[in-house]
Amino acid sequence: MTHQDRRDDAPGLNETGGPGFVARTPAVEVAHLRKSYGSVVAVDDVSFSVAEGEIFGILGPNGAGKTTTVECVIGLREPDAGTIRLLGLDPVNDRAELHEVVGVQLQESAFPAKLRVGEILDMYRTFYRNPADVTELAAALGIAGKARDYYRSLSGGQQQRLSVALALIGRPRVTVLDEMSAGLDPQARRDAWRLIEQVRDRGTTIVLVTHFMEEAERLCDRVALIDDGHIIALDTPAGLAARARGGKTVRFEPSAPFDEGLLTRLAEVTRVERDGRHVVVTGTGELVNAVILALHAAGVEARDVRLDTASLEDAYVRLTEERERPEEPRS
Amino acid sequence: MSDARALTRPRAPLAAFGAIFRNEARLVWRQPAGAIAAIGVSTLILVVFGELHTFQQPSSRLDGLSAFQIYIPILIAFSIGLLALVYLPGPLVAYREQGILRRLAVTPVPASWVLAAQLAVQACLMLIAVLIIMVVSVAFFGQHSPGNLGGFLLAVVLSVAALFAIGLCIAAVAPTSGAVRGITAAVLYPLLFFSGLYYPVQLMPTVMVDISHFTPLGAAVQAIVYPMFGEFPPALGLLVLAAYALVFGFLAKRFFRWE
Repeated sequence: MTHQDRRDDAPGLNETGGPGFVARTPAVEVAHLRKSYGSVVAVDDVSFSVAEGEIFGILGPNGAGKTTTVECVIGLREPDAGTIRLLGLDPVNDRAELHEVVGVQLQESAFPAKLRVGEILDMYRTFYRNPADVTELAAALGIAGKARDYYRSLSGGQQQRLSVALALIGRPRVTVLDEMSAGLDPQARRDAWRLIEQVRDRGTTIVLVTHFMEEAERLCDRVALIDDGHIIALDTPAGLAARARGGKTVRFEPSAPFDEGLLTRLAEVTRVERDGRHVVVTGTGELVNAVILALHAAGVEARDVRLDTASLEDAYVRLTEERERPEEPRS
Repeated sequence: MSDARALTRPRAPLAAFGAIFRNEARLVWRQPAGAIAAIGVSTLILVVFGELHTFQQPSSRLDGLSAFQIYIPILIAFSIGLLALVYLPGPLVAYREQGILRRLAVTPVPASWVLAAQLAVQACLMLIAVLIIMVVSVAFFGQHSPGNLGGFLLAVVLSVAALFAIGLCIAAVAPTSGAVRGITAAVLYPLLFFSGLYYPVQLMPTVMVDISHFTPLGAAVQAIVYPMFGEFPPALGLLVLAAYALVFGFLAKRFFRWE
């Protein structure tokens, strides 16, 4: 049971990409997690597993149970039921070992107002066996020039970047980031995304709580959509998006009239509609190729082809709205 | 599993504690109100009283001591009380309020180390205050160093323990920094009254004297004054202090919340 050799071959995982690498021991495994505060059930029967080297997104509306879920994973809260393993460690019983291998950025964490950025970084550095280089890390997060500044003089975005730096300072094998890009301006957000990708490329597993669709779409290999304490969907961002609209659409102008049956009998196609001179085909998979090849075989050329993919945002809105319909009274 | 555990042991606990302690000390240096109040004010009062001719006269109403002499243990108790009851719980509750303790709870280092570092920093300030009071009164105002040094140290250590326990208890029950200020104001001024800071306990009615001996600062003054003049501290004072340390220490441990 050695963990360190996995880190070395972890970058190889990225070549396969996507969700295809579930065969390995998961970095994070959550099974039937349940947590309530008094009579309010925050999380109910949540199960998922995160593969090593993966960027796993947890998405959902405010109060859906995202933060409670990750707080159980990092040992800040004790689950009422269910099991959690992070690299084989139990967050409740193996706290010290767990915190050596997991780096955390909490949604609301402050530091003493009158400590300097460098002093905070140097202090957190001593907490870990094999810490990152402080200068390098500060530079990567764009706070290198701030080492002598008091924490209270930092802008919200700079405080956020310090918080992300502290999540990475112990060279964690799993990093949990809760609303990492909240308060960052668009440029800083993009810088942070690039950094997260670099960190992943070094073999670190990342669990990302967010409600920025663009962020989840850009970074996450897979996304769990949580609403009202339940996981309502778990897929790749593209997979979720495809589900939202029943797939993607191809819109084109045919060079000549053709029989619609030509397209409707293709496995990839679910619907064919006419929109003036244009034809709109809805379907899944390699839709564009299938449509163009079929038309070509019939001697028809597709002009002005436009592929329209549903976004993760469409999926999010649709899936969370579906749950809003009153199926059962909420207690 | 054993090799994985060996790998995940915190790197250098001492270095980590040292780093936390250094940062807590820096914060005291940058927000010096507590240090100034506890060390500066007590030294100032000591010097002013030392310069007053009438305060240097022994008085039969003060058990044959001079007013200056009875104020030495009172100022020591004042410094210890102020730091333990105001400047110890203040930062701890603020750290809890701001999520600083919560953030530390997800590192390999226990959040309790911040508490330990705070205690260590405040203990250093108390040590400095006691040293300055003793050195100034011996060097400039003709006093002798404590006749029973062992008894003196025991009395000071027990006083510190008792007041730390009460301060931690305040930190445990106070939900906000505002509440700390309220609780402290309600607790500190009566305790200072019974220590004799405003009016000598010896001149109070007997019932007040008895009450004083059972208050933490009153007991501290009793325990410290005897060894200064060569006697071992009275058992009652030591027992009262030890009881405060144990009871409030237990309550603090029982009710302290990290978030």
